[in-house]
Amino acid sequence: MRPWDQDPVLTVEHLTMRFGGLVAIDDVSFQVGRQDITALIGPNGAGKTTVFNCITGFYKPTEGMITLNDPDGERFYLERLDDHEINARARVARTFQNIRLFSGMTVLENLLVAQHNALTRASGLSFGAVLGFGVSATFGALLGLGGFARAEKQAVELARHWLDQVGLTARADEAAGDLPYGDQRRLEIARAMCTRPVLLCLDEPAAGLNARESDQLNALLYAIREKEKIAIFLIEHDMSVVMRISDHIIVLDYGKKIADGSPKEIRDDPSVIAAYLGVPDEDLPDRDLPDAEARP
Amino acid sequence: MVEPGTSFAQRLKSALADSLLAGIIAFALFSLVLGLRTEDNVTGLTLQPRPMLLAVAVGIVFFGRLLLNLFVWQAEYPLTTPFAKLFTRDPFDSRDILVLAATAALGLLAVIVSAVFDVPAFELIGIALLAFVGLGLLRRLIVHVFPDLPYAHIFVVGGILFAVLFPITAYALEQMLNLGMPLRYWFDLSILVLTYVMLGLGLNIVVGLAGLLDLGYVAFYAVGAYTFALLATHFGLGFWICLPIAGLAAALWGVILGFPVLRLRGDYLAIVTLAFGEIIRIVLLNWTEVTNGPNGISGIPKPTFFGLPFSPFAEGTTFSQFFGLKYDAVHGIIFLYYVILVLALITNLVTLRLRRLPVGRAWEAMREDEIACRSLGINTTITKLTAFATGALFGGLAGAFFATRQGFISPESFTFIESAIILAIVVLGGMGSQLGVAIAAVVMVGGFEALRHTEGLQSFFGEGFDPALYRMLLFGIAMVGIMVWRPRGLISSRSPTVALNDARDISPDLVGQGRA
Repeated sequence: MRPWDQDPVLTVEHLTMRFGGLVAIDDVSFQVGRQDITALIGPNGAGKTTVFNCITGFYKPTEGMITLNDPDGERFYLERLDDHEINARARVARTFQNIRLFSGMTVLENLLVAQHNALTRASGLSFGAVLGFGVSATFGALLGLGGFARAEKQAVELARHWLDQVGLTARADEAAGDLPYGDQRRLEIARAMCTRPVLLCLDEPAAGLNARESDQLNALLYAIREKEKIAIFLIEHDMSVVMRISDHIIVLDYGKKIADGSPKEIRDDPSVIAAYLGVPDEDLPDRDLPDAEARP
Repeated sequence: MVEPGTSFAQRLKSALADSLLAGIIAFALFSLVLGLRTEDNVTGLTLQPRPMLLAVAVGIVFFGRLLLNLFVWQAEYPLTTPFAKLFTRDPFDSRDILVLAATAALGLLAVIVSAVFDVPAFELIGIALLAFVGLGLLRRLIVHVFPDLPYAHIFVVGGILFAVLFPITAYALEQMLNLGMPLRYWFDLSILVLTYVMLGLGLNIVVGLAGLLDLGYVAFYAVGAYTFALLATHFGLGFWICLPIAGLAAALWGVILGFPVLRLRGDYLAIVTLAFGEIIRIVLLNWTEVTNGPNGISGIPKPTFFGLPFSPFAEGTTFSQFFGLKYDAVHGIIFLYYVILVLALITNLVTLRLRRLPVGRAWEAMREDEIACRSLGINTTITKLTAFATGALFGGLAGAFFATRQGFISPESFTFIESAIILAIVVLGGMGSQLGVAIAAVVMVGGFEALRHTEGLQSFFGEGFDPALYRMLLFGIAMVGIMVWRPRGLISSRSPTVALNDARDISPDLVGQGRA
């Protein structure tokens, strides 16, 4: 029993995704530990982003089951939920490979949009709040608007907390589209965190970052895991990042899982090396034996 | 811009070359369009050359471009500088003052000449020049006195004050001084303009905030108008009871339209909404038993002032009897003016408020990136429906007002061109900008109506010239002009809904348009 199998936050079983005749993911099963940083790696076109899209509801898997085990004990079968419910109910947040910020809105507005559901609940029916026009605090309180004002204040506080975490407090009132690339990446993570997730999925968070920004990102991910006690599941190409920060690595190639283990195991796994370096299949058995013996 | 040190001869040479090229192009274009006219004779169609007209048109292009080249584009001191400065806070220098004074003097001279020699064309030009310089200086003065007042607020406060005070002041002046002002016409026109302001603000929610391109907005306007007209004529209900019902009925239709088109975006959404607008109109046209078909519905009641009707006689007390005034038909029109003013202001306030609530932020976020919205747990289905319903609600309210103002409605009032005009108001004004939409409605509806009263143009183009016939041409020119100079509309920057420290407007280049 591996550590991540004992209390998994996410269990993926026999996940298969076909697009017409193309099998993008073929019978993939794995678990993501509750407070682990889990990495999904593989060569280009291996099906990593497809797995992500299935977990976060942007694709409906052809076969298989994706279960999210909430800390409260509730279970969500993600393949049955709509994409927005996966965030709103199962509390899985994600970022995108090509950054998807609301570029014409300010940094702060981006973080408030992320708290839409919490704020909507606080405002009762949004249209109820319209009636008040925010005339005065007394009238507002009569109509239950005080609750909304308080909720918005809390939302701004949460946003400020995450702005501090990613170092963007000074730029809170700038348009998100005006930020440099590295800041946009971190803002997207902050925005995902503002939805208070139990599982944070990051699609290539270090893509396009320089060495310093990459280090900042690692520190941020550690901080999120330590302070928020949540699971982080990420796709990454940068091996130095993956090997340094992950507790658990899953390797995909041509839609199949070829390896699953700790960074050290993965580093020495011959099929992973083969997949990354493109060793011909017939060479595999020859190199397999000594490598397997060298494994601790 | 010209490099410093270029001699006048060099500048003249390049200006001449440029103007000559423009002249040749103008000649090539106009030679067939203006230079020849087909005349229907006994012998059949003959071609009538019009060399003078052609020469004048080409001459205007050549000399106009030459003057622009010499005095604006290639000049060391472009003559347009002081006019541009009217819209900034840069200080004037002596040359600027000289140019402005000369312009004002020219305008005054034109007015005097027109008064003395009875040339109406000069009066128009003179008033335009004086008004431009005068209003520009007034704006500068306000900016100077209140330096911290944001630029847009001057327009907003000034515009609302003017809108509130205009009818009362004009009516009082007329009563006291008997100037013979065409008050009734002015008020009717203002009511029309405000109706379009309200429609523009309503559509702005759907197109400008939520980024859903809706080409069938007139359908909701029609639903509102017919709901009120039918309730009033069949059940004898009054305007004030029917107003919210009409709004809710339109909102319901907004949801009904919203459901099937939820999956569509951009062009496809536009096509379906266009079809929806036509379906509603054709149903109204053909469902004769209910809607009376093309004959329309007449005898729609006017709104009352807290139960007091605006009529010369009534069963109960009338408005004029209650207040001890002499009956005047203008009272009712002024009342209608204030009704639509209040409705338009409510539309504006609700939009302002909604933008600061989660649902409004979700609309804007959806315009920016729908997929990101869903990944953050926002139900985009509900969000789209609320946008459609809210936009339709205001369309319906405006429709009910339209019905009561006209007293008669028929499907002819709800054709596609109405949707197109409302959409043009939103796009020209700047999607998402309430102030821009209001300005665009005033310019488009009021401006084109004003064309009917430019008698001065007849002295240029001959007695038979009716400027109102050229409305669509000017409409097109205005569209092209906006596309060239302000591709994202008159007021295109977006103001944030919340700020940690100080809010700054966001450049239009970053703001999405919801077409992706």
